[in-house]
This record gives sequence, structure tokens and C-alpha cells, in this order.
Amino acid sequence: MRAYLPDYQARSAKDLKDALKVLSGEPGLWKPLAGATDLMVLFAAGKLPRGRYLNIRGLKELRGIGVTKDFVSLGALTTYTEIRGHSVLMKEFPNLCAAARETGAIAIQNRGTIGGNIANASPAADSPPALLVYDAEIELVSSKGARWVPYAGFHLAYKKMVMRPDELIRAVRLPRRAEKFAHFYRKIGTRRAQAISKVCFSGKARLEKNGRRFLDARIAVGSVAPIPLRCLRTEAAIVSRDLDARVIANARKIFLQEISPIDDIRSTRDYRAAVAGNVFEQFIQETAGL
Amino acid sequence: MILKIKVNGKLRKVDAHPMARLLDVLREDLALTGTKEGCGEGECGACSVMLDGALVNSCLVPAIQADGATVKTIEGLASDGRLHRLQEEFMKCGGAQCGICTPGMIMASASLLAKKKRPNEAEIREGLAGNLCRCTGYAKIFESVRSAR
Ligand SMILES: Cc1cc2nc3c(=O)[nH]c(=O)nc-3n(C[C@H](O)[C@H](O)[C@H](O)COP(=O)(O)OP(=O)(O)OC[C@H]3O[C@@H](n4cnc5c(N)ncnc54)[C@H](O)[C@@H]3O)c2cc1C
Ligand code: FES
Ligand code: FES
Repeated sequence: MRAYLPDYQARSAKDLKDALKVLSGEPGLWKPLAGATDLMVLFAAGKLPRGRYLNIRGLKELRGIGVTKDFVSLGALTTYTEIRGHSVLMKEFPNLCAAARETGAIAIQNRGTIGGNIANASPAADSPPALLVYDAEIELVSSKGARWVPYAGFHLAYKKMVMRPDELIRAVRLPRRAEKFAHFYRKIGTRRAQAISKVCFSGKARLEKNGRRFLDARIAVGSVAPIPLRCLRTEAAIVSRDLDARVIANARKIFLQEISPIDDIRSTRDYRAAVAGNVFEQFIQETAGL
Repeated sequence: MILKIKVNGKLRKVDAHPMARLLDVLREDLALTGTKEGCGEGECGACSVMLDGALVNSCLVPAIQADGATVKTIEGLASDGRLHRLQEEFMKCGGAQCGICTPGMIMASASLLAKKKRPNEAEIREGLAGNLCRCTGYAKIFESVRSAR
């Protein structure tokens, strides 16, 4: 049943300072409301915790994509529509644009934000694997100040984050790399649009000049572990080795040990493992040009 | 809160709860029942409207986020007593059967055509991917949009 309106209060923050003051005054009492595409679904189901919601959607300090020599920074309120159409992101961070293009459908992409996707902390979210592969850093702000944390350490356990209740995500930044990588992103859901991932795979790799070995590789996955997962052991199993059938088969085995898919309403453990393994091999074949 | 929204060209003031859904404000407070409710959770697109020029699911927009905004609903598409090109084509091509999905389909199509005058087949499918129809099987909906390009 839908939520009962009088159980809720909401107000709009005037600016970032005002927002941080409200959040620090009574930590945990107020929850930020960004694009509302996750929160209003809970609301519709009568599952949104009653309480106070702080509308941050109007905050200019959390908006916009900025490009400097070393970083591309995205304000937390950057929408998928803004991400998928950004020329520098398309060129240098294509997996993030692919994730944005495959998130929900147009109306969701117009409202949903990158900050909301991160803070909602769903293991099935589609941008986190892209952010992990690109070494994203998250800027957290509170009335006490700002801090940058590596996204790789942001999710501690299922729905548990390093972010405190008095903090907001202000921005996400991606370090720009001079080296040329091949990028690979694949989301598997029940259909192309509007589907939550059963498996989501983001990878990038760099080949030796004219060799059959990777100099460097990055792999991260969604929907196959309690949190978005960077696969360090799998990466080590494919870097600096001849990519022959034996090495690939062994790396696939390690990959399947590193992930921990489960049975749930969207898929089964076995299906997820089989598909994740296949996509992993597809990643190697495509980025290595085998 | 007293919500100020410009709906289909007219400034309206509505006394609404800040967490009320824009969908309910439109249908129940402003009597604009052209916008439909299907799923109430962002999946079906029946509630699609334009908010500050961007296609949104009005079931997912809390009233507080529509304050000061410009909204266009299906009722605002016709002008000077003449139907919008898309409305004509949906009628001609049989793009509507029961009609529940139709306002949303047309708003999504209008949003697509506003961005891209001549979308190709893939772009039409992507533009309407967030809109479900239980009657037509989609072929005639796509045909309606193709004819309106
Ligand atoms: C039909 C539909 C399809 C969807 N498809 C996909 C999909 O394919 N892939 C996918 O990954 N997701 C999908 N989603 C989920 C959702 O759209 C995304 O997770 C979106 O990015 C959430 O962002 P938001 O701004 O709307 O979040 P909100 O709903 O506003 O907030 C979500 C959570 O994040 C917190 N929060 C938001 N911003 C901040 C901030 N700056 N700092 C601190 N906390 C913050 C909120 O308090 C809340 O807990 C879908 C949703 C719907 C309804
Ligand atoms: S009623 Fe809003 S998307 Fe279905
Ligand atoms: S015409 Fe009936 S749902 Fe589309």
C-alpha cells in the first residue's frame, strides 16, 4: 500500500551550507532527496521510512561536469542524460556512458543522479562497476569540512558505506589517464531497457605493443556480490601472461571464486555464474582482439 | 505547501503536501486526468509528462520538486483547437487501442521528436522503451511515430 502522506515532512535546502546545517543539526533525522527515482519507488510501495526529507535537487554546488587537466568531476546531481551525452566522458570513460545509456529508460535518465546511484548502494546498480574501473574518488561534505575517499573503499558491506548521516556526496571525480585502454561494458538484464541487472561487467585493458599479453587490466562487476566488486585477483590472473586457452580457463575459475552470486527474484546463482564467466571471456577476447 | 507550477502555459497555485506525487497533483488537484497511472513506480510510462522540457515519470516526482517548474501534459499538446501531429498519426495508424498508455506514449514521442526531428527505428524504440502497452503490440505505435517524423 502506498505511503501515508502525513507521515512525511519535506523541505528544500536553500544552498549547500543550509543543507549541511540541517543534516548536522539532527544527524540521521533528515534524508537527502535527489532525483527521487529510488526513494519514490519505496514511497509507492509504502516502504519509505517515515520522517523528514531534504530536497537537494536545486543545489548548484552539486551540479555540472567539470574537466581539468587531471580530472573529470561530476557533481552528485549529474543525471544519466548529462553523462551519456558528454563528449569527454564518451571518449575517455565510455563504460560510464554505456552504464548511463542502459539505466532505466529516458525518463529515468532525465531524473536519476550519479550521487543517488552511489548512495542508494544497491549491489545491482549499473554505474558503480564503471566507477571502480576508472579509479573514481568521492567527495563527501559535511558542516565539518570536506574529504575525498576512494570509491574502491566506499561500500563496506551490503548497504553499508563510509559516508556518515551528516554527510552528502558532493562530487565524483575520475582521474584522466594518458595510456590508451580498450574499454568493455556489458549489462545483462531481462531486456535492454528498464531492467535491473542480473550481471553487470565493466572492464578495461591495455595490450603490450604487438603482443598477446595485457600490460594492465581492470575488472569490476555488479549484481554478483553484496557490494559492487573490483576483481583484483582476476586482474592479476590475466596481466603479463600469454592469453592462451589454459590461462583464460584458469582466470575464469579465479573470477568465479572471486564473485559470490546468489539466487534471488531476478535470477539464480547458477545462471549468474555462467553468464558472468562468459562475459568475462568475451571481455578478454574483445579487448585483446583474439 | 503552496505549490506554484506553470501547467500547459497557465500559472497554477495548488495547496499540496510536499511529498505528494506530481501525478496526483495533476489528476486530483488540477483535474488533468489525461495523465494516467499504470504502475506507480517508474516502470510503465503511463504518467509521462514534460517537466521543464524533460520527459519524466510524474509518479516519481514529489510535488516539492515541481515547485516553480513548467509542466506540459497531454492536454497541452494540441494548440488552437488543432491536434498535435502525433495525436493525428496515433489515430490514423491505430496507435491507440484501450488508450491507457497513449498519453504517455505521445509525450515520450513528442520528447523524442523535440530532440531529434527524424529519429531512426532504433532511436524510436529507445525513446519509447520506458512506455509499456498491453494492447497494440507496439508495431502500430512505432508506425505512428514514423509517420509523424
Ligand atoms: C523504472 C526504474 C528503472 C531503473 N533502472 C535502473 C538501472 O537500470 N540501473 C540502475 O543502476 N538503477 C536503476 N534505477 C534506480 C535509480 O534510478 C538510480 O539508482 C538513480 O541513480 C538514483 O538516483 P536519484 O537521484 O533518483 O536517487 P534518490 O532516490 O533521490 O536517492 C537515492 C538514495 O541516495 C541518497 N542520496 C541521493 N543523493 C545523495 C547525495 N548527493 N549525497 C548523499 N546521499 C544521497 C538518498 O538519500 C537515498 O537514500 C531505476 C529506477 C527506476 C524507478
Ligand atoms: S505510473 Fe508512472 S511510470 Fe507507471
Ligand atoms: S493501447 Fe492499451 S495499453 Fe496501450
